[in-house]
Amino acid sequence: MTVSFRPITLKIAGQTHHVQAAPGRRLSEVLREELNLRSVKVGCDAGDCGACTVLIDGAQNCACLTPVAQVNGCEIETLETAEAGLSKRLQDSFLAHGAAQCGICTPGVMMAATELLREKAHPTRVQVEEALGGVLCRCTGYVKIISAVMGANETPVTIETPAAGQAVGAAIARLDGQRKVDGSELFGADSVQADALLVRAVRSPFFSAEFTFGDLDAWAADMPGVEAVLTAKDIKGINAFGVIPPLADQPALASGPTRFLGEPVALVVGVADRIEALDFATFPVTWRERPSVVTQGAGMQDGAPQVHETRADNTLIRGRVATGDPDAALAGSQHVATGQFETSYVEHAYIEPEAGRAWLDGDVLVIEACTQAPVMDLDDTAKVLGLPRDRVRIIPTAAGGGFGAKLDLSVQPLLGLAVLRTGRPCRMVFSRNESMRASTKRHPGTMQASIGADAQGRITGMAFHGDFNTGAYASWGPTVATRVPVHASGPYRTPTYRATSRAVHTNGPSSGAFRGFGVPQAAITQELLYDELALKCGMDRLEFRQLNALRDGDTTPCGQTIKGVGMEECLDALTPHWARAQAEADAFNATSETLKRGLGVASCWYGCGNTALPNPSTIRFGITPEGAVRLHQGATDIGQGSNTVITQIAADALGIAVDAIEIIGPDTALTPDCGKTSASRQTFITGKAAELSGRALRADILRMTNLEDAEEIILNGAILSVRQGDQAREIDLSALPVGEFGYVLRAEETYDPPTSTLDENGQGTPYAVYGYGAQIAEVEVDLKLGTTRVVHITAAHDVGRAINPVLATGQIEGGIAQGLGLALMEEFIPGRTENLHDYLIPTIGDMPDVTSVLIEKPDPEGPMGAKGLGEHVLIPTAPAILNAIRDASGARVTKVPALPHRVLAAIEAAK
Amino acid sequence: MLDVDTYDRPHSLKDALAILGDPGIRIIAGCTDVLAATERKVIPGHVLDITGIPELRGIAQVPGGLRLGATTTWSDIIKANLPPSLRALQLAGRQVGAVQIQNRGTLAGNLCNASPAADGVPPLLILDAEVELASFSGVRRMALSDFLQGPRQTARTDDEILTGVFIPEAALGGTSHFSKLGARDFLVISIAMVAVRLDVVDGVIRQAACSIGSCGPVATRLGNVENALIGATLPQAVDRIADADVAANLSPIDDVRADAGYRLKTAAELLRRTISQSVTSQGAPA
Repeated sequence: MTVSFRPITLKIAGQTHHVQAAPGRRLSEVLREELNLRSVKVGCDAGDCGACTVLIDGAQNCACLTPVAQVNGCEIETLETAEAGLSKRLQDSFLAHGAAQCGICTPGVMMAATELLREKAHPTRVQVEEALGGVLCRCTGYVKIISAVMGANETPVTIETPAAGQAVGAAIARLDGQRKVDGSELFGADSVQADALLVRAVRSPFFSAEFTFGDLDAWAADMPGVEAVLTAKDIKGINAFGVIPPLADQPALASGPTRFLGEPVALVVGVADRIEALDFATFPVTWRERPSVVTQGAGMQDGAPQVHETRADNTLIRGRVATGDPDAALAGSQHVATGQFETSYVEHAYIEPEAGRAWLDGDVLVIEACTQAPVMDLDDTAKVLGLPRDRVRIIPTAAGGGFGAKLDLSVQPLLGLAVLRTGRPCRMVFSRNESMRASTKRHPGTMQASIGADAQGRITGMAFHGDFNTGAYASWGPTVATRVPVHASGPYRTPTYRATSRAVHTNGPSSGAFRGFGVPQAAITQELLYDELALKCGMDRLEFRQLNALRDGDTTPCGQTIKGVGMEECLDALTPHWARAQAEADAFNATSETLKRGLGVASCWYGCGNTALPNPSTIRFGITPEGAVRLHQGATDIGQGSNTVITQIAADALGIAVDAIEIIGPDTALTPDCGKTSASRQTFITGKAAELSGRALRADILRMTNLEDAEEIILNGAILSVRQGDQAREIDLSALPVGEFGYVLRAEETYDPPTSTLDENGQGTPYAVYGYGAQIAEVEVDLKLGTTRVVHITAAHDVGRAINPVLATGQIEGGIAQGLGLALMEEFIPGRTENLHDYLIPTIGDMPDVTSVLIEKPDPEGPMGAKGLGEHVLIPTAPAILNAIRDASGARVTKVPALPHRVLAAIEAAK
Repeated sequence: MLDVDTYDRPHSLKDALAILGDPGIRIIAGCTDVLAATERKVIPGHVLDITGIPELRGIAQVPGGLRLGATTTWSDIIKANLPPSLRALQLAGRQVGAVQIQNRGTLAGNLCNASPAADGVPPLLILDAEVELASFSGVRRMALSDFLQGPRQTARTDDEILTGVFIPEAALGGTSHFSKLGARDFLVISIAMVAVRLDVVDGVIRQAACSIGSCGPVATRLGNVENALIGATLPQAVDRIADADVAANLSPIDDVRADAGYRLKTAAELLRRTISQSVTSQGAPA
């Protein structure tokens, strides 16, 4: 049946549009699907995230909450159609300040800012916060957004345009930045073929349930528009995927009892508007709920329901690192601090729910979706679908945030099943609820530790054990179980040590990778006990850490001797800030009874790359006969900036200006494997591969020109000019034989960091490079309400070499925002908080002032001395805040998030 | 289902009431709750959109008091020039979600959605607000406190439209204040919230109205506390708030935002602070 609607008139950029749409349709859908205004992003369909913010008659509104009938005759402005002058100034300001990372929230942020800037050309910070309070950003920590909006009508900030060889260290604008700030960036839900079918998943309504299907064919035949219904029986390959192949256990569609709430059991594929409107209550499936466990405590109990028959005691894996005799050391210590700490499930809450599309290109299945790991997606999707690798191609779209959860498969195998069955292009877009149910989480942990110190305050030993809720499927549980014991000492000299971990299966969502892989949880345990120890030793808390900090040439609890350690430098950089913060807190507290200020400090270290496992990256770098320089860059940029940083490194290694380089990919058909965007490995590992490729290409050029070195390499069309002193050479590229991939000059280099496997006591070389950092938190605690406001964070991070300082500080600010959320508000409760109003992430009003200090202690292994940074930045924030809460109020909070009721209870307990 | 979604947007109350004859129809306005509660891209079912009815929007002096139309948005309220007794309502409006929500969300929607955490309710309770319910059989007025019967439950019958809120002249005196306690800055559902209106003559409280929301199935007035405040001087007021008196009015629950014990403890503290802020702002309305 065809439904016709009275046309609705929208005025957009001076033009009148008449759209045929259901009057109750969300304006966001009409703008995106009917008018192709795809800068309007959909993050929640509930008014919680503000990504769809548009101006209606000049006022900001969530397009997702606006039935199109209510704007009949109204003027609508989106980022693509907003007034050019102000929009251009805002875009330039966002680029110059580095205010867009992944870019998914950027259009909404900019529309809210547009309204503000029309009324107040030079707004204050408070005015910016009030105007932008309804748009969530998960990447930036809002700091640069505030600066960019405040500065939009000021004298433009100059963006550096470094000469050849000067790119590394320059704060150039993101190379993929323009499309993020003008709204043309395409994310997983943004590309649509006109005839694409829509795929939706039928999901388990219980934490665990058996199920049987009724007559699926009859149901499908009855439902207009339904083209196919698929279940596990339709899976031709191996119905078990997972990021760690030997432990792959997750079905694309459950075949037996479901193991978590929201696990998919069937797909319904068909005509988009019909499928969108389907009520799955009629879907012929019968559920029988089974007993389930959702917490690590329940999962470990005797007689607990077993999540996987093959994994006894619900134990996925255990981890261990041990050296010396910590029990004896603790027994002989002058001071010992002991405690138990608990952390919650934390949701990644990227603003872009998982989405993508797929189609057949000949007999190759092409899947274009948001991801952090295209090659892993390819391997696992091919395996599930029973296709050879060369029949699957993965093209990552821009990822609207990832933070670890887009390392695991989401829409990919489901889209593949639908396309292979129907032969038609298909798309799938998770709702916010689906995204929060189906995606991985940060592991909740229950951790106990004892740490000892001698009379002088030197650490004598540490014993640690953590039980982690790894949820229904393996995902990255083994990585967390391994990383935690390696890092639980913190970046401190710990002569005797035993750290063990256990990953416990439950029927909660699978816990996977989330910025720090369990290290942020362990750091809470260690850093809170360090404060206790410092107090027991009668030492200043910063000095206590300075005394014990790892130094160049020290040996870690894994027995690894480490070089390029900038831990001491980070703590030393904080010293003046610590004194200032202390003085300010003292002054404040002298006159304030109910509000009390306190400060806390915590450190981090974090190994970059896979733990004791190979994880190579390969970069291809070529020059065409026409003189185009192309960098095949397979690392997915999820907002952190690898497109830019890796190109900067490659440019300097080759010795050519960065803007002369064209970036290809990522695309599994066009780019070699650069591994996954995780473990803070891209700047280090792919960056190193880029450096090696650049140097190899340069060596080829020098060889061809017979020069020792080159001061200048310049491309002018097909003529490559090289100059060294008074010697100049030219290569006519068009005269050279064209080789593989269409290049006349080409280098392809692989780098895999030198690590070794760990023995049963975790002894070995887990990582080739570590990064270090420390942060001071200054907080204000309300002693009667238990509320905490973070006033200021000072962050010193040793990045080895700041390839791009603006991107680096952007990582720091964003990590702090997520650390603040972990500390104060983020608690994912399965079945209860699968939306962005019950699950709270920091808004623009929650961010403190941030002072970033970049320490550059070169790493001997990293590219041009660089270390990873992406995850490090989150680790110290929560323990620093918790230590500051104790300093301010006496509250020893042992469970995060430190919600007001928990803080108040701890304040009362301390009285 | 696609075929049965029906969307009516009449331009007069009379037409709206006529449409309301259909059973199962839902009345919608700003849609900030309705569209947040569905994953559909279209508002499902048969809906009656009352935002096309001009006379339902706006704030006006009427005989005997002040009338706020049903589809008056939070932004309308925030921007309006209102007496100091409505300052709490304006402050509450500024904390409804964020600007995007304030621009769409309406007063009637906030009341009819009947969330225990509805930001608009405590500031209206201290104004002795009455709701105006229209049907073909006429218009009736009912105290807001009677209208709200429980979480998601109101006294509105299926054939009625909430057309406005009436505030009697007698409750328009004094200055009011509002505080909201939540775990983050913007876009937050409250753990507890408090509204207070004090009418002070010669430094002595002559009239007091206090209410607390998010600490029970519906927001509630605190009659015993109000009685204790009457006759107090401003400096005495805060000391007259006893934790037990406040708690006697509340029946909070544990939820994801806080536990019940915390709500009981902090509600009294929040009330003391709101009174003291209200006292500081006496004579200096927003």
